[in-house]
Amino acid sequence: MALLEIRNLHLYMRSFEGDAHVLNGIDLTLERGRIHGLVGETGCGKSLTGLSISRLVPSPPARYAAGSIRFDGRDLMEASEAEMRALRGRRIGMIFQDPTTNLNPAFRVGEQMIDVALHAGQVDSGILGLGPDASRAERRAAACRLVVEMLGKVGIRDAAARVDDYPHQFSGGMRQRVLIAMALIGRPDLLIADEPTTALDVTVQAQILRLIRDLVDEFQLGVLLITHNLGVVAQVCSQVSVMYAGSTVEDGPTRAVFRAPRHPYTKALLAALPREGLARGELKGLAGSVPSLLTPPRGCRFAPRCVHAIDTCRERRPIAEEIQAGHTVACLRAAEPVA
Amino acid sequence: MLPFVIRRFLLLIPVFIGLSMLVFVIGRLLPGDPVQLAAGPHATREEIAALAAEFGLDQPLPVQYLAYAKGLAIGDWGRSIQSRQPVIDDLKTFMPATLELVIAAMIVAILIGIPTGLLAAVYRDRWPDTLSRAVSLGAISIPRFFLGLLLQLALAMWLGLLPLGGRLPITAEPPPFLTGFLLIDTLVARDFSTFFLALQHMAMPAVALSLSPLATIMRMMRASTLEVLSQDYVLTARALGLSQRLTIFKYVLKNALSASLTVIGLYFGWLLGGTVLVETVFDWPGIGLYATRAITTQDFMPVMGVTLCIGLIFVAVNLLVDLAYGLVNPKVRLS
Repeated sequence: MALLEIRNLHLYMRSFEGDAHVLNGIDLTLERGRIHGLVGETGCGKSLTGLSISRLVPSPPARYAAGSIRFDGRDLMEASEAEMRALRGRRIGMIFQDPTTNLNPAFRVGEQMIDVALHAGQVDSGILGLGPDASRAERRAAACRLVVEMLGKVGIRDAAARVDDYPHQFSGGMRQRVLIAMALIGRPDLLIADEPTTALDVTVQAQILRLIRDLVDEFQLGVLLITHNLGVVAQVCSQVSVMYAGSTVEDGPTRAVFRAPRHPYTKALLAALPREGLARGELKGLAGSVPSLLTPPRGCRFAPRCVHAIDTCRERRPIAEEIQAGHTVACLRAAEPVA
Repeated sequence: MLPFVIRRFLLLIPVFIGLSMLVFVIGRLLPGDPVQLAAGPHATREEIAALAAEFGLDQPLPVQYLAYAKGLAIGDWGRSIQSRQPVIDDLKTFMPATLELVIAAMIVAILIGIPTGLLAAVYRDRWPDTLSRAVSLGAISIPRFFLGLLLQLALAMWLGLLPLGGRLPITAEPPPFLTGFLLIDTLVARDFSTFFLALQHMAMPAVALSLSPLATIMRMMRASTLEVLSQDYVLTARALGLSQRLTIFKYVLKNALSASLTVIGLYFGWLLGGTVLVETVFDWPGIGLYATRAITTQDFMPVMGVTLCIGLIFVAVNLLVDLAYGLVNPKVRLS
């Protein structure tokens, strides 16, 4: 059984101008011990997909019209808030883009992590290595030990002393390490990493990615890595899903998707990557712009920008089809010989 | 931390000098002759001149100011030309009454304003928010003295629950003077029945005085809580499973407090200078009544004493607020 299985997820967002159809049939399968990349441009619904898994999108304005999110066999769309809370921080960890704003500036990092550890310990007393009837002080002491241990694991030197520091006393990269430690303290099975390296400089980015990869090996984590950086995907992800305007358009092993992209949008994305030796002004963009999600195109959402679009593309919504083992594409013309 | 406090204390000196000069000059620019007023309608020219000479009022202004400043430096705040009492003694008598009232009012405002503002933000646009909005609008709009009168009418006249005014009944024996705060002095003297009487007397004026700071703190707290709720770290806390209660009352509250701290400091000063109407309505023997009486008789020294005293307390309270920022926000912790 896959660790995470999202099927045909549809999400509408109420706004002043009307209901926006922001997730239009997301399909995604994530296995344990894998890093699965979720790429797409800003506003395509990557982050909303990530937040939906933890059921953190406030509703209203959000409305889920269809679909299922199976986590370890359990459909999270049916789960109560109490059940979700028991999963968050314990079985599902999350880290976000900007490490400078995701730690509370008014509290010591140790304090913030201890609360997460205590929460995870409340859900599953084994996390703290204690029996169910341990006293408050015992649990706190155990949580504190766990925090120091986790900080050490993510490469914070002298962790026992640094738990008493405030977030502003850490650098950006160190803060992201703290946040990773905080997300992993409950020994989760799934880590949702929403642009974890975007706000960091390239050297630190590489360190954080290496750290995530090491932790995947150590804890048999499944990671959903949300990013718009194809380089990051190529570096660490074994699987990748490409999103466009609320739909997953292509999905498969990173190597296959990058070597032989089948969806015109994936092709355009890869073609737009700057390469060494590229002369000034030769950077290839993609003509047109993202459709409005209030009045999305009737057929394929990419059709208005697609050079291969034919009339049927504008009429019928493409369904994802498997063109090779594990490699699916949502394009009506994917089966045709490559033009 | 310590150098900061010392620096702020040193800063008090120019504030003090500036304030005293300003009040001194404004006082002397007012039309009318305080000496004449003090001497009475039937005083002869010689008697007036003698009185002016006794208080040094026949000297040129700069000389008068220097004499006053010299006095201040050794703790002599001048004498009232009306009662001939040293101003410092009057301040010791009246200031604690006002301070006690203002502190009580601020405690009420803080204890109610902070949690209700927080809840209004958490339940944004639902009934607790609407209710708090109505209450704060009403509290800001109603004049303090009018509210005081209404309270007297309802609670003292009709229901007879609370005394009409004053700090203690005339028949009650006040506790030995220690701080001048009746609530503290009675507790120290273990005189609980007088403590309770003092509390009863304080209830209405404190509530009347607390409403506008309460409303402001509530709205301020609501706005800053809303801002904090939209911060990334609140989402992170939720995403890692922390309960709503822990998130709001521990993590959000502390971050949202700093904006309210500023208002609390400022209001404290404003209330000190703005108790006149409430003191009048409730016959509260405080600095407001004292100052009004001095102003109407152009009795300079008490007016200056009151102004300087309020100014000092104002600066001191805001220093405390600045130090409190450090508790709430470690980034501004002063080194």
